[in-house]
Amino acid sequence: MSAPPLTQLGRSRPQAAWHVATVAEVRRETSTAVRLTLDVPTWPGSEAGSHLDLRLTAPDGYQASRSYSIASSAPGGPVVLAVDELPDGEVSPFLVHEVRPGDQLEVHGPLGSFFVWRPGESDRPVQLVAGGSGVVPLYAIAAAHGAAGDTSPLRLLYSVRRPGDVLFADELAALRGPAFELELVYTREAPATWAGPVGRLDKEALAASTVAASARPRVYVCGSTRFVETIAAWLQDLGHAAADIRTERFGGL
Amino acid sequence: MSFTTRGFSGRRREENPRLPPGQTLFDDWPVLTAGPTPHVDTADWELTIQDETGTDHRWDWDGLLALGVEDVTVDIHCVTHWTKLDMAWRGVSLDKLFQDVESEHEFVMARSYGGYTTNLPLEDLLDGKAWIATEAEGDPLGPEHGGPARLLVPHLYFWKSAKWIRGLTMMADDEPGFWEQNGYHLYGDPWKEERYW
Amino acid sequence: MATHLDGNALAGALSEVFRADVTAARARCAGCGGVSPIARAMVYPDAPGLVARCASCDQVLATIVDAGDRVFLSLSGMSTIELRR
Repeated sequence: MSAPPLTQLGRSRPQAAWHVATVAEVRRETSTAVRLTLDVPTWPGSEAGSHLDLRLTAPDGYQASRSYSIASSAPGGPVVLAVDELPDGEVSPFLVHEVRPGDQLEVHGPLGSFFVWRPGESDRPVQLVAGGSGVVPLYAIAAAHGAAGDTSPLRLLYSVRRPGDVLFADELAALRGPAFELELVYTREAPATWAGPVGRLDKEALAASTVAASARPRVYVCGSTRFVETIAAWLQDLGHAAADIRTERFGGL
Repeated sequence: MSFTTRGFSGRRREENPRLPPGQTLFDDWPVLTAGPTPHVDTADWELTIQDETGTDHRWDWDGLLALGVEDVTVDIHCVTHWTKLDMAWRGVSLDKLFQDVESEHEFVMARSYGGYTTNLPLEDLLDGKAWIATEAEGDPLGPEHGGPARLLVPHLYFWKSAKWIRGLTMMADDEPGFWEQNGYHLYGDPWKEERYW
Repeated sequence: MATHLDGNALAGALSEVFRADVTAARARCAGCGGVSPIARAMVYPDAPGLVARCASCDQVLATIVDAGDRVFLSLSGMSTIELRR
């Protein structure tokens, strides 16, 4: 068999480029986060789990750019982001408080072909583990899984401080079904009706609420650097192979 | 294709004659690191100056401090565009360390615990221009800021002030260190904005 | 605050250099010889440039320095990169 022509290299995946995005909607998502819906006419679509770089430019030419996971993946649809405000941040406070519909923003993407989920790629179960706003790319995966009617079992374990911190709460609840299980962990405060424990995840709770290593799930973990490192280490202790665990750290403590 | 983002001004930037071109005034002290932070106890810490004769000049922690520490207040200019004015440091002048070092060589490679390197002309380390710093802003240098001891060469961009300093090697030629190999200027004068090759 | 990210964080900078995303490509570490996707590297973003280190041995795999009108890319810590068609 001969090698495919070079022109096919990378052709199946959308290539990263700079795009002009127009803010279509800004919606308060939680007390600290907004959901930004962007119209990007030139956007080539993105795989579930990928991210983009967003660049702001001041009148004197000063620029600041940050990476944000993309919550959407449907081709031709708007690009959806959820931005959680970092108190000492430079870009996130602007996006949370200043941006309004009609504003134009520069975005570079879609980026990343490793921390992504593709429908029909595997029959193995998939375990997603989110810490805080690390849920954004994992929500994109769950939504893509639902939209594709993919029947491989998918589970999301989502750790939040308080009930009001849940991003995409309604959408995640609506995705629940035979092929998608959602489990929340409340570290500070739970809903009044909550029967489970309140507090940080530990290794035993992680084992009890995720797909067992013996089922060889593919695992995606996203959150702060400390969250991701703690979870990834526990998963390996529990028998998951390092090669089966994909991580995305977004910094912080 | 860049355009101005409505309402965005970014960090506060102001005119100040003490700000080199392209710099922004910071009150806080950002932590920059190119790798894992080495944790070196002063009991294990050692500084070596290697000259071309093969003679090693060594100081342990107490030996360093015994040379005499001095207080200096200087402005710090980081190549990532922040400047912090009037930082209070305490350290040992490199003039004291080089007092008994005989070398024909005119360049120095600074080497750190953790493997970081940066190159400097010897003359930029002498005549009261550089220190082995052990304290900043009234506190011992923490590991995140290069403690227990870092090089302090305030008239050059701050990447030259190697954190976790462990040695100085005399060199015949000005060979590039870590950042100098990877795009940054061989010398790094902030007033001439010598950032990149 | 000093922190590190995954090699996923290199995707934006590397997309300026490579036509296709290479973060999913596997690379051999010139230090320990280990082979791993670039996305699994440890990336230190709070530095004068992006520094990617081998997750196994801490060897510097790559550096990317953004000089505005130029970008300096070093891949000297990777002996080989495997690109899938």
